[in-house]
Amino acid sequence: MNERIIARVRRITGPVIEARDAASAHMLELVRVGDDRLVGEVIKLADGEAVIQVYEDTSGLAPGAPVYGSGLPLSLELGPGLIGSIYDGIQRPLDAIRERTGTFIGRGVQADALDRKRLWAWTPVAQPGARLKPGDILGTVRETERLVHKILVPPETGGSLSYLAPAGDYAVDTDVAILDSSTGQHRLSMIQRWPIRVPRPVRSRLAMNQPLITGQRVIDTLFPLAKGGTVAIPGGFGTGKTMTQHAIAKWCDADIIVYIGCGERGNEMTDVLTEFPRLVDPRTGRSLMERTVLIANTSNMPVSAREASIYTGVTIAEYFRDMGLHVAVMADSTSRWAEALRELSGRMEEMPAEEGFPAYLPTRIAEFYERAGLMETLSGQPGSVSIIGAVSPPGGDFSEPVTQHTRRYVRCFWGLDRNLANARHYPAISWLDSYSEYVDDIQSWWLDQAGPQWSKDRAEILELLRREVRLLQVVKLVGPDALPDSQRFVIEVCELFKNAFLQQNAFDNVDRYSSPGKQQRMLGLVLAYWRRGSEAIKRGVSIAELRKLKVLGDIVKMKFTLSDDDADGFGKLAAALERAVARLEAVYA
Amino acid sequence: MPEALLDQAALRRIMAGREYRGASSMDGPLLVLKKTHPVGYRELVECVDHTGAVRLGTVMDSSEDAVMVQVFEGTQGLSLPDTRIRFLGRPLTLGVSAGMLGRVFDGLGRPIDGGPAPRAASEEDVNGKPVNPTAREYPRDYIQTGMSVIDGMNTLIRGQKLPIFSGNGLAHNELAAQIARQAKIRGGSGDFAVVFAAMGVKHDVARFFVRSFEESGALGRVALFLSLADDPSIERTVTPRVALTLAEHLAYVRGMHVLVIMTDMANYCESLREISTLRGEIPSRKGYPGYLYSDLAELYERSGMIKGVEGSITQLPILTMPNDDISHPIPDLTGYITEGQIVFERDMAGRGIYPPVAGLPSLSRLMKDGIGSGMTRDDHPHLASQLFASYSAVKDVRNLASVIGEDELSPLDKQYLEFGEFFERSFVNQGRTEDRSMDRTLDLGWEALKRLPPEELHRVTAEELSQRYEGNSPA
Repeated sequence: MNERIIARVRRITGPVIEARDAASAHMLELVRVGDDRLVGEVIKLADGEAVIQVYEDTSGLAPGAPVYGSGLPLSLELGPGLIGSIYDGIQRPLDAIRERTGTFIGRGVQADALDRKRLWAWTPVAQPGARLKPGDILGTVRETERLVHKILVPPETGGSLSYLAPAGDYAVDTDVAILDSSTGQHRLSMIQRWPIRVPRPVRSRLAMNQPLITGQRVIDTLFPLAKGGTVAIPGGFGTGKTMTQHAIAKWCDADIIVYIGCGERGNEMTDVLTEFPRLVDPRTGRSLMERTVLIANTSNMPVSAREASIYTGVTIAEYFRDMGLHVAVMADSTSRWAEALRELSGRMEEMPAEEGFPAYLPTRIAEFYERAGLMETLSGQPGSVSIIGAVSPPGGDFSEPVTQHTRRYVRCFWGLDRNLANARHYPAISWLDSYSEYVDDIQSWWLDQAGPQWSKDRAEILELLRREVRLLQVVKLVGPDALPDSQRFVIEVCELFKNAFLQQNAFDNVDRYSSPGKQQRMLGLVLAYWRRGSEAIKRGVSIAELRKLKVLGDIVKMKFTLSDDDADGFGKLAAALERAVARLEAVYA
Repeated sequence: MPEALLDQAALRRIMAGREYRGASSMDGPLLVLKKTHPVGYRELVECVDHTGAVRLGTVMDSSEDAVMVQVFEGTQGLSLPDTRIRFLGRPLTLGVSAGMLGRVFDGLGRPIDGGPAPRAASEEDVNGKPVNPTAREYPRDYIQTGMSVIDGMNTLIRGQKLPIFSGNGLAHNELAAQIARQAKIRGGSGDFAVVFAAMGVKHDVARFFVRSFEESGALGRVALFLSLADDPSIERTVTPRVALTLAEHLAYVRGMHVLVIMTDMANYCESLREISTLRGEIPSRKGYPGYLYSDLAELYERSGMIKGVEGSITQLPILTMPNDDISHPIPDLTGYITEGQIVFERDMAGRGIYPPVAGLPSLSRLMKDGIGSGMTRDDHPHLASQLFASYSAVKDVRNLASVIGEDELSPLDKQYLEFGEFFERSFVNQGRTEDRSMDRTLDLGWEALKRLPPEELHRVTAEELSQRYEGNSPA
């Protein structure tokens, strides 16, 4: 490797170091520091001095140590072999690192992000001689049973195809195509390199029109997310942010999942690593690991790599989007990323804004979330990146800077509620704090799928939940007996809705995922009870009699007992409810 | 340039041990030295005062102009011209061995029980290194503590980090000691050891733990690291690292199951804040440094299980919440890193309930994979969920009763009050030497639920109701 010393270390105070004689360093250049070749990035240049953010532990590094330049920005390797991998925040493969340094992560390890030894069955697609532009397809590789990985002409490259490798098995770094252009010859392998801090180009942004179905009832029915949308999940510790992220990563209908463990627990990544390969995707019947890429920069790993990890994740997501796929990015947790920014900013002695965070925090948050969207890609096909970002507000207080600034740039908000979590009501998504601005965008999809009553049902149950809040305030003051049965029935129905519909058990084999059809039938049943029960009360039936109906027990348990496409079972349950209420009414007729 | 002739490491090997006389400034535990050879960040430093006594320190900031050293034992009595300083060219290490069990050490790992220094099997960097997430084994074997509120509702798993959030004057030390005495692992005891790190605790608290280990005959399996309230506060930032370094050796090299008790994390965080303020760093919440989260994570993440290794590290950090405020940065950041928390409630303690564990905010995140059929008992998951749900309803009923009076409550609400009373008095509450079996704990849980009518129990199955609630034998 041709190494060039571009600076010398002058001062070390932690993950941020200062270097002198740095006239030839570039801004955002990837560098290696000291005899251990620690990975770093130039983040500031002034008066011949450079400030370098080092992605590894700097213990033992001394002034005078050489800084080696690479001439390139911090970039990723993108190509076949990403799926099923687990990387650290700067895309070093943790499996390969473990082979070299064992249980604990060593320093200065250099390993290829994409395995060079593995051979891929290449199928050429493009026509030799054709004039190709960025986004045009060269060939394909079947990466997993469910994913045909398209090898595309990288952005900012083009020309006439003078060579295309014939079908056969190749390593990722073998040249598979040669493009001739006025600027010279481009030899292309299956690997694309792309800097993590630059969004990959697209033709245009499209209007979102499809929901990202997660199988989580409170999300899909009440606060839906669109494919290409952004959502924040704020919640204090123990309210279930990670559980919600895991549930979505498992069951949502995206083609690819990029899961970023940013400054969180090591055991959570181990949980994903042990559980995902065993779980089967209900749509394809294949292991969930076959659509997942993991970025793990746990809380005890170097803080500067934590800052980079979310860009690494979203760049990988954009790469798959460019093939015309729908990608969902889970970022858990963006607060840890913001804290990494704060720590690095503090080390650089920058002037702090709110709570010690740098003044550019909102800009960075906006830049990150704006990388989501439903796009017309360079290949002409639509593809999307959806971002689901967990936020960990200190003390569970949503008024802190990260939650507040994130709210400005996301269009969907799933606020987690401490009281619900304490009562073990999961997912603890509050129906009062949460909202989704995507409801109108995706309404037509639901109306097609679930029928015309969808919007009406949704509005009706939300209205009931709002009425319940007001009524509960009264109950708190004077007790439930002070309310007339018609109003107590609102509380009763909402209680049923919470138990039967909103609560969802992530560990139950049936309940963990509900199809849109099942969700709509379940909501229909709760509302049927509301409508018929209200009529019955008008005719003189008491709330105590309604409460004793045996069929209610079956409704509460329908989430466990009835499967997704058991329309028959739901029909029978609806009929049983109708009969039971009618029998009560008959007494008062 | 001279540095081009020699490589860095060689230069520092030659210069290591070279002594400098005289510091240029001192401020609290920080000491600044000018005109040195290139000194490594976090390098170990020896400061020798005019009497010849050696104090240890570490490099916090190293530049070509000056080196800032943090002296663990403080700078009291040091003078600028007479202090001699040696840079040792290596980080602070601890010589570790299984022979350290049964011994007492100071906060930096030097024996203070009058015995000789134990022979080290190896020297390890006390700062440790991050575990590769792919090398971790997901923890799923429970530890039976004999405490119903933990075993039944917040099961402790081998390899978990489960802190106790307490307040001043509450019985957290008693609970930690009781857990250390009673902890049992399913399927035999295995090789069990306790590593105890005291940070800024009072002498009588340390004595309480020693006596408690002594009485149970376990002292031979315990290593104590004591940085007491009158020891230099900076030392406390090293104590948990030293203790965890030994724990890692015992667990991952010797294959032991290690329980690490660290008390009091609040004192540890105070020391960090003290250094941070002295260094003039930009504070985040309540004056604590912005890196408090990362720093705590470096400690708490040194727990768990490793693939292919028999041993495990289970952490039981104790922290007293300043002013009983769970949203204070110390418990808050801890809760974001640890796998659950046991929260104490002053009100429960006031009513004479021991352990005074608040039912609802307490949580064990790893419990879901470690309980149920084949592990604890098949009815355990649903029973725990039902107890949580019913107990949360009790809180609502109590609020209502305080407004409209108990007499005005509906019969059902009165049943809830009775359930709550039984749950707190008979399930949570237990004796300080009472070691309950898992079956006893779960049966007591059902006893509590029998105070409620069966239609209120949504979270248990019909079979469980028939067998455990109505007492029919299984079909």
